[in-house]
Amino acid sequence: MSDIITITNVVKKYGEKTALNGLNLTVREGELFGFLGPNGAGKTTTVRCVTSLTNFQEGTIIVDGHDAVKDQVEAKKVMGLIQQQISLDKDLTIRENMISHAMYHMMNKKDRDAKIKELSDYFDLGEYLDKPVDSLSGGWKKRAAIVCAALHSPKVLFLDEPTSGLDVNARRLLWDIIKLMNQKGTTIFLTTHYIEEAELLCDRVGIIDHGKIIALDTPAALCESVGKYAVEYMVDKNTKYKYFKDQDEAKQFASTLDVSNNVLLRRTNLEDVFVELTGTHVGV
Amino acid sequence: MGNFFKQVYYISWADLMFMKHNFWNILIMTVMSPLLYLIAFGYGLRTGTSDIGVPYVAFVIPGIVALSSLSSSFASTSTRMNVQRLYYKSFDEMMMCPLSTSAIVFGKCMLGLIRGLLGCSLMYALGMVLEPEYISFNVLVVASILMSCMVFSMLGMTAALLAKSHQSMATFNSLIILPMNFLCGTFFSVDSLNPIFQAILYCLPLTHASQCIRSAALPDYLDFTWLSFAALFIFGLAFYVINYHLLKTRKV
Ligand SMILES: Nc1ncnc2c1ncn2[C@@H]1O[C@H](COP(=O)(O)OP(=O)(O)O)[C@@H](O)[C@H]1O
Ligand SMILES: [Mg+2]
Repeated sequence: MSDIITITNVVKKYGEKTALNGLNLTVREGELFGFLGPNGAGKTTTVRCVTSLTNFQEGTIIVDGHDAVKDQVEAKKVMGLIQQQISLDKDLTIRENMISHAMYHMMNKKDRDAKIKELSDYFDLGEYLDKPVDSLSGGWKKRAAIVCAALHSPKVLFLDEPTSGLDVNARRLLWDIIKLMNQKGTTIFLTTHYIEEAELLCDRVGIIDHGKIIALDTPAALCESVGKYAVEYMVDKNTKYKYFKDQDEAKQFASTLDVSNNVLLRRTNLEDVFVELTGTHVGV
Repeated sequence: MGNFFKQVYYISWADLMFMKHNFWNILIMTVMSPLLYLIAFGYGLRTGTSDIGVPYVAFVIPGIVALSSLSSSFASTSTRMNVQRLYYKSFDEMMMCPLSTSAIVFGKCMLGLIRGLLGCSLMYALGMVLEPEYISFNVLVVASILMSCMVFSMLGMTAALLAKSHQSMATFNSLIILPMNFLCGTFFSVDSLNPIFQAILYCLPLTHASQCIRSAALPDYLDFTWLSFAALFIFGLAFYVINYHLLKTRKV
């Protein structure tokens, strides 16, 4: 697989504050890439730099062979973005939002109408098309935003924390949509602070903390890197973790503890990886 | 070139739909304050003749037209962009599409331009009904009104791009826009003021807009102020360059 996004040594400062501190990252064509990190780690900033919504001080970003700064018009043609916050124009109807989006991509009326029909049928948005934005619930607004971003058939679709603020059902539905779009060939760049989401959906996961990538691999390989098996136990009201490559070793260690330690032997998950790498829990 | 105009139209389409949905509200908002100014200043405060020998109403109407080009064009461009940028976040949606920066500058100015033209033409038409002997209609009137609306729409865009919050927008309004409304030769002739004050007022675009529109409207009494027209053009150009730069460097 070839690389569709290559980020090299990107430094982004907001005034004095450094949001991205020499970020290096590649995303492969066709993959479902998960970008995991706690709040404030720099996920949104990364997405905004790649999609040329903001400038950055150092480094280069190449999208599908185009420099994201110097050649941004070309780079923008292959990208679609669903922002963290709902970003529909609330003075317009859902359909008008879609039309306007297609216009920004210079689509002609015929292509535009066909694509709006195709995608809104696919997302069951048909009956909402001529309603004002605010008459839809959060999950449906998200879907409408996805349709807008996907109208021009982008090669890469960025979803910035698409499921935060949605209820469980809406989140599940969105996961299915994301998987389906990926299966149809769209590269997905999904940022999230939900570990479960990254683990469940993504081919590869990059973990970002304080504006730097601290790990990047498949979820399984990341778990393996700290040890496939985890023993979780309590000592003096503090939960401790220990990781083992080998299940028997883990069992052995667990057997040295007693019931008052609330011992739990389980598979290592991405959260463990995160804690091991950063020493903090996600979201803390 | 055709592509450029298509981009401008496509960019402004969403704003035109917004205008279509809210047409009557917008119309009332656009004509209400100039009408009140006309009644209060034109008829209430002073009747009689102005320094240049026309009735005060004929003198003040071109000033009010200039004023409504400022208030309508500036307010609609800046408010709508501010809301799209800071609240709806839909401005970013547009910014990540493959559009040329100059098309964005012109496209986002269209709403203000059209609303300004709407307000100005209604007011001007009223002027021609009220003072048909004095106020005339010619190509310079059209050019001056068009130019003022464009300049103030561009200024509205600059203000919206620089505003960090809704509050900073309100401050800009009361510090710059409101004083301009009253002082820039809209209700009285700038030339009757002391020179220092005059010099300050000539640094503001509305002064030139009033001069152009008034001199174009009363050709039998005033020579067209080509210099003010040029000044207006330069203001427009400057605002365009600033907007272009702000968008291009993506500092916003
Ligand atoms: N517009 C901004 N001005 C100043 N600082 C910002 C701005 N946007 C983000 N930051 C800071 O940059 C860091 C990264 O933010 P962000 O990319 O939004 O994180 P995430 O999306 O991972 O939660 C945070 O510390 C945040 O406070
Ligand atoms: Mg974020």
